[in-house]
Amino acid sequence: MQKEFPVFSVLNSALNTISAALLIQRWYRQHVARLEMRRRCTWNIFQSIEYAGEQDQIKLYNYFGFLMDHFTPASSERNLISHIFRKNEICLDTEWERYFCYKSIEVTKSYTGPHLMFPVTFCGVSKLVEAFKHKEQLHARYVLQLLGETWRLLRTFPNISHVIACHTKAITICGDLHGHLEDLLLIFYKNGLPSSDKPYVFNGDFVDRGKNSLEILLTLFGFLLVYPNDVHLNRGNHEDHIVNLRYGFTKEVLGKYRVHGKKILKLLQMIFSWLPLATVIDNKVLIVHGGISDTTDLDKIARVDRQKYASALRPPKMKSDSYLESKTTETDLDEWKQVMDVLWSDPMPQNGCIPNEVRGRGCYWGPDVTEEVLRRNNLQLLIRSHECKQDGYEFCHNRRVITIFSASNYYEVGSNRGAFIRMGPDLVPHIIQYQASTTCRELTLRQSVGWTERSALQALREQLFVHRSDLISAFQEFDPNNKGMISVTHWASTTERVLNLGLPWRVLRPQLVSSTQHGMMDYQRWIKELSITEPKLEISDNSILDTMYKNHSNLETIFRIIDTDHSGLISFKEFHQTWELLRSHLKTEISAKAIADLAQSIDFNKDGSIDINEFLEAFRLVDISAHN
Amino acid sequence: MAESKQSAEATVSDVQKKIRAAFEAFDYESNNTVDVREIGTIIYSLGCFPSQADLHDLIAEVEEDQTGYIHLDSFLPVMSKVLLEHKFPPIPEDLLLQAFEVLDKEKKGYLEHEELTKYMTQEGELFTQEEVDEMLTALADHEKNVVYYKDLINQLTIDPDM
Repeated sequence: MQKEFPVFSVLNSALNTISAALLIQRWYRQHVARLEMRRRCTWNIFQSIEYAGEQDQIKLYNYFGFLMDHFTPASSERNLISHIFRKNEICLDTEWERYFCYKSIEVTKSYTGPHLMFPVTFCGVSKLVEAFKHKEQLHARYVLQLLGETWRLLRTFPNISHVIACHTKAITICGDLHGHLEDLLLIFYKNGLPSSDKPYVFNGDFVDRGKNSLEILLTLFGFLLVYPNDVHLNRGNHEDHIVNLRYGFTKEVLGKYRVHGKKILKLLQMIFSWLPLATVIDNKVLIVHGGISDTTDLDKIARVDRQKYASALRPPKMKSDSYLESKTTETDLDEWKQVMDVLWSDPMPQNGCIPNEVRGRGCYWGPDVTEEVLRRNNLQLLIRSHECKQDGYEFCHNRRVITIFSASNYYEVGSNRGAFIRMGPDLVPHIIQYQASTTCRELTLRQSVGWTERSALQALREQLFVHRSDLISAFQEFDPNNKGMISVTHWASTTERVLNLGLPWRVLRPQLVSSTQHGMMDYQRWIKELSITEPKLEISDNSILDTMYKNHSNLETIFRIIDTDHSGLISFKEFHQTWELLRSHLKTEISAKAIADLAQSIDFNKDGSIDINEFLEAFRLVDISAHN
Repeated sequence: MAESKQSAEATVSDVQKKIRAAFEAFDYESNNTVDVREIGTIIYSLGCFPSQADLHDLIAEVEEDQTGYIHLDSFLPVMSKVLLEHKFPPIPEDLLLQAFEVLDKEKKGYLEHEELTKYMTQEGELFTQEEVDEMLTALADHEKNVVYYKDLINQLTIDPDM
């Protein structure tokens, strides 16, 4: 047909090309937009679950605070936890030196890991990084020695590091790393190792969640010792020994260093409290981990005795574990607020400054507060971290605030990129993004969205599973005749009421509920289909089972607090006390007999003590449907 | 008669619920507004295939002055009409295939990087370099570095329903 009228067919072709291109463009843009929608929903799921976890933790610690305030010293519950609130025993430096002495620790010939010579050199630390890249572990002797030197150095630093931008070199600013060694290595690969020609600022949250928190710390401290004027570390809210109990760092250290872990943790506790709180470049750019509030005052922050604030979860009122009146002064509370605000706050789009109820510490601050605080302190830009961003960074408040986040794939492989900032003497921020993991680079957008989405949905199914009894009771309110069916609308609103995650359940419905008929669903069957786990033990008491799944993190936290010698083992008595604490916190009814039975059944090696890790593993949610 | 009215009403309310749900995903301040730059994504995600020109017209209808924000109250009625009237229906698979075949002048069965880039960035409602790079990363066969469009159409036009 086209050959008969050659001239006409050329015109036809030209038209066809344009409309063909138009069609393809329209189709592809739609496809990308749908992926973006799914990615956003997945993101919301992860964030909601993360925030719900944080809320949970704050509730637990507020409960501990309540115990400390209201119970007599003799109370057994209070005694279980009071040691975490005890102020750092005042010791002479010589006593600490003796306690942390590494000299008696021998490095035997069988040790195949890296050796570290002191004083550390650039060469030594680079070799250490190479060793970490090859998954080697540093000997406890060198760890303690390195940490000891770091502690000594940090004590000489002021609360706020001042940096002058040099006309020959750019400064690099990194955000949260959270134990993601591969991201730190990727940054070093793209940007170069720290040196006097390549200054760096690391903006807190080096530890927790990822599995190489310790390697990251040792690397950063190593470079800090070699280039104390060119490597700047800011404290983050996770540089806090109580937060570490819950989010994995304590567990990591104890797992890697069975004999010396406790000492290492103690030394780190002190190091964390000595980390500077802020970095200022050229008196113009303020870098802090969390952010600011309307009362943020850099002069006050400069004067604070920062090492007093070992943990965010221990306000100055807990200065002594004495039941007597606290000697808190207004200055103490004011100081504490200055520190908390800087470590825990988040920006919000609206004007004003309100308490940060999601995190339980710090504030939400608005663009007007940014303007005011910057103006008052003669600054032009605020760089902070603390919040995961899909692209690794985000501008807000009229581009006066940048959030920089350096842990890529934070929620799951493919969930987000990481980024860092390079800034020259002109103080203009340049953002560089990346995403770790070779598998990730090869995935198409569609595949990585799918992968992350599956993982988010799995996390969501777990949440639904642990709340199943509450869900069923709530559904039954809409099913008075007990038909086992409710409308999709009621399902959505009820699920939100029970889980309180602020998620668009209607949008998620097709991915969570396999079938509906005429807008109705069989909720009993749906709950059964959620069946996530096969408990490894015979526990007939469902309410204990549910409580354990729901409070997995709380249990872990309490166990680790009770396990004062960090042995990883607790006695039956301590196990019972843990449940007492949890029971009174949650106000649930669990009989003493049920707990005793539980203790018997999880004494896996029948030696009268319970291994914390084994116990927690036995009750980790395992998706049996994953095998289908 | 009563039944079809009921089902018509049910459809309207269903459509509105879908629109609200999609809108919510981008309503960061929980005040029923979204950034105008996200509206395209929302409209596409509701199963519509407007062109860029169509999008511009739609946005003009619903945007509040020059605030850069769109309120649910303006968006809902306009979008409901769009959905109920099936205003921007999906592109049928065979038409899409034809489109690729037109671009594949030599009838090779695939398109090379340069070919696709040229068409996408020079014809129609132009792609940016970034858009076309993303498209190539997503669609191109990794070994041969070309786009086997026939396979793609099968894989990618099936979308889960909202």
